[in-house]
Amino acid sequence: MNFRAVRTIGRLASHRAQQPEIVNFRAVRAIYLFEMSRTARTLLQSIVSPVISTSLYFVVFGAAIGSRITEIEGVSYGAFIVPGLMMMMLLTQSVANASFGIYFPKFTGTIYEILSAPVSAFEIVLGYVGAAASKSIILGMIILATAGLFVPLRLDHPAWMLAFLVLTALTFSLLGFIIGVWADGFEKLQVVPLLVITPLSFLGGSFYSIKVLPPVWQTIALINPVVYLISGFRWSFYGIADVSVSISLGMTAIFLAVCLAVVWWIFKTGYRLKR
Amino acid sequence: MVMQPVISVSRLSKIYASGFCALKDVNLDIHRGEIFALLGPNGAGKTTLISIICGIVNPTSGAVRVGGHDIITAYRKARSLIGLVPQELATDAFETVWNTVSFSRGLFGRPANPGYIEKVLRELSLWDRKDSKIITLSGGMKRRVMIAKALSHEPQILFLDEPTAGVDVELHKDMWQTVRELRASGVTIILTTHYIEEAEQMADRVGVINEGEIILIEQKAELMRKLGKKQLTLQLDVRLDAVPPALAPYDLTLSPEGDELIYTYDSKGERSEISSLLADIGRARIRFHDLRTEESSLEDIFVRLVRRS
Ligand SMILES: Nc1ncnc2c1ncn2[C@@H]1O[C@H](COP(=O)(O)OP(=O)(O)OP(=O)(O)O)[C@@H](O)[C@H]1O
Ligand SMILES: [Mg+2]
Repeated sequence: MNFRAVRTIGRLASHRAQQPEIVNFRAVRAIYLFEMSRTARTLLQSIVSPVISTSLYFVVFGAAIGSRITEIEGVSYGAFIVPGLMMMMLLTQSVANASFGIYFPKFTGTIYEILSAPVSAFEIVLGYVGAAASKSIILGMIILATAGLFVPLRLDHPAWMLAFLVLTALTFSLLGFIIGVWADGFEKLQVVPLLVITPLSFLGGSFYSIKVLPPVWQTIALINPVVYLISGFRWSFYGIADVSVSISLGMTAIFLAVCLAVVWWIFKTGYRLKR
Repeated sequence: MVMQPVISVSRLSKIYASGFCALKDVNLDIHRGEIFALLGPNGAGKTTLISIICGIVNPTSGAVRVGGHDIITAYRKARSLIGLVPQELATDAFETVWNTVSFSRGLFGRPANPGYIEKVLRELSLWDRKDSKIITLSGGMKRRVMIAKALSHEPQILFLDEPTAGVDVELHKDMWQTVRELRASGVTIILTTHYIEEAEQMADRVGVINEGEIILIEQKAELMRKLGKKQLTLQLDVRLDAVPPALAPYDLTLSPEGDELIYTYDSKGERSEISSLLADIGRARIRFHDLRTEESSLEDIFVRLVRRS
């Protein structure tokens, strides 16, 4: 007889009995608001600087390259790069915000309070990742508005645009959360955004359609997950896509699932959070 | 009537990832409403024990129940009862005192209650700094902010890991006054300290931990009675060169100057021995002009215990 299994089952059963899964909403709210107020404090860094860099991209890419490439698939070059630009900011900012949000309490030691509070892993993630994703979504909207000042915009499928925006922000905030838990120094915190996210989004067709690449490179580009995100997102604007929209959506869902699984594993094992 | 312990630790062991065994089969019951002092040298495992009870460190084996709730399977109920002031100062530097304390209350799932937070801040002499950013506070103030955070959700159990490190003497007194008031209101308090006088003044019971093992748990008074040594010192009129042979049966020593006779005895020892000693001294015609007695402190007891184990 497998006694250990019996004991585990017994424990699980008593776990259920003792703890109806009520959600500690006040804790989620406390973490969420705490994180959002951190953004408000560092408003310059978190909102103003991405807006400035977006404008710079417009000036450099839109004006310089746009004067040579006038249109891609019937969309002006300046307008064509908006979804890619938004996606690029969304990815880097989600990862940066969420990784910093959880890394910082680890670094200062204030994580003790989160760990000793009556909050579940789900609530912790909801608070931190929810706040990071909210910031990215707000940021995305601000970039969209900024872009509207430079180029004429068109939104063919606004609901899908919003869906891609939210899903991507969530997924990459989760990825950021994972990086923040994994990082044991500020270097590691920056390595992934710098060496993975930025190159992948540059190569993923932020500023061009991968259809302009030679066939071999088109195939290679399809390994890059960001291609699917940008393609789907651009479709929601102009109805043009490098890959089919359902594949884009499917890929986004797969990333989300993978990130969720890793986060679940982190809390199950206490990896790098508990000693 | 024997009450159910508010915390019960059974067969708890902790082996860190490094392979180091910080707790070895620890058993401990904390009674409701008491002040329990955990004493032990650096690295004894005090913080490890507290961290496991509070959910910060995973136990390797064994079980802990807080208020009857298992800390793993019923962690919500268990943790709701506990307020923790950790040993290390860790605060959100750029937050204000008010915000950080209110945050803690929310984190523990309690509805906002500005009146209560105000009361806590006033008691800890932090009220006039409530809008200050934590980074602008002194070390002792930061520690009081951490105490305020721990009290923000009205816990029934308070852990204070070295609470008075870096707090000045005046504030020590205030802090201990607060602790006494908390106990009077029914809060159970577990503290670790290196200041043994504090344990001696404050605690109802004392536990001594060394190298991950609890080597003693005792009522403080009982501990003093069992292990306390007493000394009777007689100041002599005339100096002696040696302890007179007539007094050989007693455990006597002569001070280096030869002007004091010192008699050491267990405080639980036979009282009659002192009177027979005094009678024998009289018979040996040794005169003394004064006498005094001294009791050993908890510190002496502690040092002796740790050395012995
Ligand atoms: N994360 C860790 N990994 C490995 N060993 C650890 C870890 N944390 C603590 N230890 C070891 O466990 C032992 C007990 O540490 P603990 O912090 O519990 O001691 P303590 O009694 O609180 O000491 P102090 O009075 O100095 O605060 C020490 O030898 C320490 O080096
Ligand atoms: Mg310690």
